[in-house]
Amino acid sequence: MTLQDSFTPKPDPALGGIIKLAILAVGGQGGGVLTGWIEAVARSSGYAAQATSVAGVSQRTGATVYYVEMAPMLATGAMPVFSLQPAAGDVDIMITAEMMEAGRSIIRGFVTPDRTTLITSTHRALAVSEKMVPGDGIADSAEVLAAAEIAARRVIAADFDALAIAQGSVISASLLGALAASATLPFPRGAFEAAIRAGGKGLEASLRAFAAGFDAATTPQAQNAEAAAKPAPEPRGPANLLAEWQRLESRAKAMPAPVAELALPGLQKVVGFQSLAYGADYLTRLETVLATDTPAKSFALSREAAKYIANAMAYDDVIRVADLKTRGTRFDRITREMGVKDRNVMHLTEFFHPRAEEIAGMLPARLGARIQSSPKAMARLTRWFDKGRRLRTDSLPAFLTLYLIGGLRFWRPRTLRHAQEMAHLENWLALALTTAARNYDLAVEIVKCRRLVKGYSDTHARGLSKFDRVLDAIALIAHRDDAPDWARRLREAALKDEEGKALNGAIATIKSFA
Amino acid sequence: MAERSFKAEVEDLRLGQGETFTGEGILAITKALLENGVGYVGGYQGAPISHLMDVLADAEDLLTELGVRYEANANEAAAAAMLAASVHYPIRGAVTFKGSVGVNVASDALANLASSGVNGGALIIVGEDYGEGSSIMQERSHAFAMKSQFWLLDPRPNLPCITKAVKDGFELSEASNTPVMLMVRIRSCHVTGSFTTRDNQRPPLTVRDALSNPQSDFARVVLPPMSFSHEQDKIKNRWPAAERFVVDNGLNEVFGPANAPVGIVLQGGMYNGVIRALQRLGLADLYGNSQVPLYVLNVTYPLVSEEFHRFCEDKRHILVVEEGQPEFIEQQLSTFLYRKGSSVMLHGKDIFPMAGEYTGQVMLDSLSAFLKQAAPDMLPALVRAPNEERPEIPDLTKTVPIRPPGFCTGCPERPIFAAMKLVQQETGKLQITADIGCHLFGSLPPFEVGGATMGYGLGPAANAAFDGGGERRAISIIGDGGFWHNGLSSSFTNMAFNKSDSVAVIVDNYYSAATGGQDIMSSRADNPTKATKHPISKALRGIGIDYVVEVDRTYDVGRMRDVLREALTTDTPGPKVIVASSECMLNKQRREKPLAAKAIREGRRVEAPRFGIDEDICTGDHACIRLSGCPSLSLKRLDDPLRDDPVASIDQSCVGCGNCGEVADAAVLCPSFYRADVVHNPTKREARLAAFSARVTTWLQARRAAKRLTFEVPA
Repeated sequence: MTLQDSFTPKPDPALGGIIKLAILAVGGQGGGVLTGWIEAVARSSGYAAQATSVAGVSQRTGATVYYVEMAPMLATGAMPVFSLQPAAGDVDIMITAEMMEAGRSIIRGFVTPDRTTLITSTHRALAVSEKMVPGDGIADSAEVLAAAEIAARRVIAADFDALAIAQGSVISASLLGALAASATLPFPRGAFEAAIRAGGKGLEASLRAFAAGFDAATTPQAQNAEAAAKPAPEPRGPANLLAEWQRLESRAKAMPAPVAELALPGLQKVVGFQSLAYGADYLTRLETVLATDTPAKSFALSREAAKYIANAMAYDDVIRVADLKTRGTRFDRITREMGVKDRNVMHLTEFFHPRAEEIAGMLPARLGARIQSSPKAMARLTRWFDKGRRLRTDSLPAFLTLYLIGGLRFWRPRTLRHAQEMAHLENWLALALTTAARNYDLAVEIVKCRRLVKGYSDTHARGLSKFDRVLDAIALIAHRDDAPDWARRLREAALKDEEGKALNGAIATIKSFA
Repeated sequence: MAERSFKAEVEDLRLGQGETFTGEGILAITKALLENGVGYVGGYQGAPISHLMDVLADAEDLLTELGVRYEANANEAAAAAMLAASVHYPIRGAVTFKGSVGVNVASDALANLASSGVNGGALIIVGEDYGEGSSIMQERSHAFAMKSQFWLLDPRPNLPCITKAVKDGFELSEASNTPVMLMVRIRSCHVTGSFTTRDNQRPPLTVRDALSNPQSDFARVVLPPMSFSHEQDKIKNRWPAAERFVVDNGLNEVFGPANAPVGIVLQGGMYNGVIRALQRLGLADLYGNSQVPLYVLNVTYPLVSEEFHRFCEDKRHILVVEEGQPEFIEQQLSTFLYRKGSSVMLHGKDIFPMAGEYTGQVMLDSLSAFLKQAAPDMLPALVRAPNEERPEIPDLTKTVPIRPPGFCTGCPERPIFAAMKLVQQETGKLQITADIGCHLFGSLPPFEVGGATMGYGLGPAANAAFDGGGERRAISIIGDGGFWHNGLSSSFTNMAFNKSDSVAVIVDNYYSAATGGQDIMSSRADNPTKATKHPISKALRGIGIDYVVEVDRTYDVGRMRDVLREALTTDTPGPKVIVASSECMLNKQRREKPLAAKAIREGRRVEAPRFGIDEDICTGDHACIRLSGCPSLSLKRLDDPLRDDPVASIDQSCVGCGNCGEVADAAVLCPSFYRADVVHNPTKREARLAAFSARVTTWLQARRAAKRLTFEVPA
């Protein structure tokens, strides 16, 4: 066919003047407000602008897309034809109000190296799927940031959420500041601030957050300062105890560096939990492990033992909880976090639900064991104690109750719970040590399995049962060369979901060849 | 009461001749209705036209001034039925609801309306919820226009065109005695822009006037033999009249060069997307001047064959841009060409994807593919043979988690589902159906409660097969919005009549919360023009359901669980209904936050609750999150080298609803939660008592600290 002259493509030079800006936010972050401000800035600066959004159900915590296009207004008043949605590879400015939304914008192709300036907040609003994992299910922000550096022409990243909160405002204001600072829109800073002023609500805080966002975008290095190492905890107490502490501390410090690194906090944890003598026990246990260990493996076994023996010895019992709940430092922390001012009063309500098991656990080991084996006695304890209790620790009666329980540390070594915990600890450690002689790496994995034991009541029972099932399964394949790898997989599976579906699958696999 | 107030914007509805309106599409439509002398308006809320209903409600004073009757209809069927006023009377009426689900509900009334035909202009404004962000099944409202033979407008998505479509719609409706459906897509509803306004018009005949002079004509009644003549009338008279009107008034538009070998036929709503793709290919300028001829169907039903054939003259290839499926327009145009024996090649879904939204990328890819095939010389060299090397961007699809919508912070529905999850831990998995509304988020993790939704108000009806009962009773869930929409008749009378042995939970959050807080019968608020404060329980008793348990604070997880357990196990015959009531927290906060701030400023006593977690006590199992999913209950990683897993953490956005504490108690989770109530402007006595307690506790704390070692990070 022959084409007519008009059919040779003639790209319109005016098209270069269009600016395409997309915002990806989580519902409730004020993406609509931000969009409105940007539109207002554009219109007041003599641009034609159009905004759209897909709201609806997504305003309730889902991901929401806002889209703005703008172009200089002609004297003729002719209206540009704007698109109603962002297109992959055709976005000049991408603003994402959360780190994973930055990732989503990259996945959707809105961020391209030839044109896109990506302005993103680095903070995380965790998705339910990340939060509900019994272990650590948090997605990797570093991976997204690394991808952003490749995908975008320019990246402006900072925790704009924290910046805004620090100014008593919300992220939309700090992001607008970052947008103004990015100089991707041909409008002066004053035009952006004027748009905020025209809005009216929460004006001063918004302007402060705007300025904070502006500054963070122009000097992004300032953001990294907060990542500096936090100071280590320091011991405080009477002189005689401190002197004894020094001796224990030097024992821990004398260990090979990789072990000492965890033995020190471990020692602090068990001493804080019970006593200096208990800390000495901890070191003795650890030294037993260390005696069998080897520098050839960088003392991996002892290093893990330093961590998990401490965790096992500082188990979560009623005495520990009561002690932690009544400490002065805790009251100070909460007062600070809740923004309590001098003129205010704070009520503090704790949610306890003791069960018969906890009560029996507090009894002397023999008596406790007898009661625990008697369903009738347990039923009685349940009747007496098993109910939700709300304790107002800001009031004296509740505080005193917890204070007294928290002071029962002298009693703890005699309790049933202590006997149970120690027996469990010794069995686990003995298994690790005997395994170490045969298969060092497997022993390290066995030590790490202690991570599975956590929580209170049902959660604790479930953790213990997972621990047992993982160790039983490990026993099935202990003779194999790849046993350490299987042990790791089993442990990771156990942390994937609550019901243990992944663990069941892993065990079934093992049984198929063991 | 609505989530968003349009009181300020409503002032724009008073703009007069030659002034400029700037704002959202949905508001522009409202203004256009007034400019065109509408006599009555109504509808039912739902995205994306909820705001239209809110605007109408907020504009009720203005409507009354103009003599326009506004009705917040009970559901879409009621809204469509209201258009009956235009059957006999020369009064313009407009109703609005979402498509395609609202049209489904309304289809009975719409079919009758279309059969009867109208005298006054009847406009159905449908917010087409299709594509990204859609909350419903992916279907087209187009089919309803075809089956009932009323006309469908799909204007170009900018404010001047959308407002013109309102005018055209009324006139077309009157010229062809047929109701007209005006379709606006989700993005068009929220698109911003400007248009030049005209003066508002009082309806020449108001509904009040009409009531003084009633009319009827049995020829309009859908009864045989009149119904047969209605069908003939549609085909022989109304349809040709509509075609004539469309052509004479140039409702469809043609852009681009007069002569060309290729052309594009598109739905009006697709115009901006098509232009953008052409702009990116260098075939259109900023202002939409296209080098490819475009035939823009602002009227997508009926299609006018003579106009289409005129566009096709001298062209070899035609591309149809029609979003959604089935491809009704393409099929019709194919028939036109075939009947004429035309040799024009028609393309459409052979190039475009059959299903899904026509995004920017789809549009660009498909137009490129079409032009490559039909007119390769038109394409810039770059598109014909792209040689640009793009850097490899790492695949993040496995890293980035999905983010489905969920319950807001402090939502009163969360504890209901926490309780259901706890009950299921006792009973094993139960047969559960859900309805439409926020509560449907309960079917997602972490709750995964509810496995089906059959439509608005149909939750309990969807469990009807299990009404006979069994080893474990079935549970259905329905919201208060769904209850009044259709639930009372379709679900509860069904249960009552069939002596259902099932359990139904009605989630009552004080108004139609999911659609934006519109009032309904059981709303607690005073509404000067609507009858509110009618308890759901009273309606249930009225239809003979006596087992009605009311929970007036859903945050009491323990009670919720006990009530559910009791309903599942009781010997009482017949339906077991639980009405679980607590106000939507999103709207409640919007209302109460400013009030609380004001009270604090004025020196009145205010308690501000918020939850916290003792991170030393939290072991990082996250069992609490599996019974919550609250946005403010999140995780944080500790600096402690001895801790592997992140611990739970509550951020500032917590509204202190209480779910965390209740769940920790009811599920016997862990003692790490605490609630801090900061009392602003405490009473003197209270402050003195607190100071005394603080003195004693501080002394005790110091005493113990002095006798032992503690390890704290220096502050």
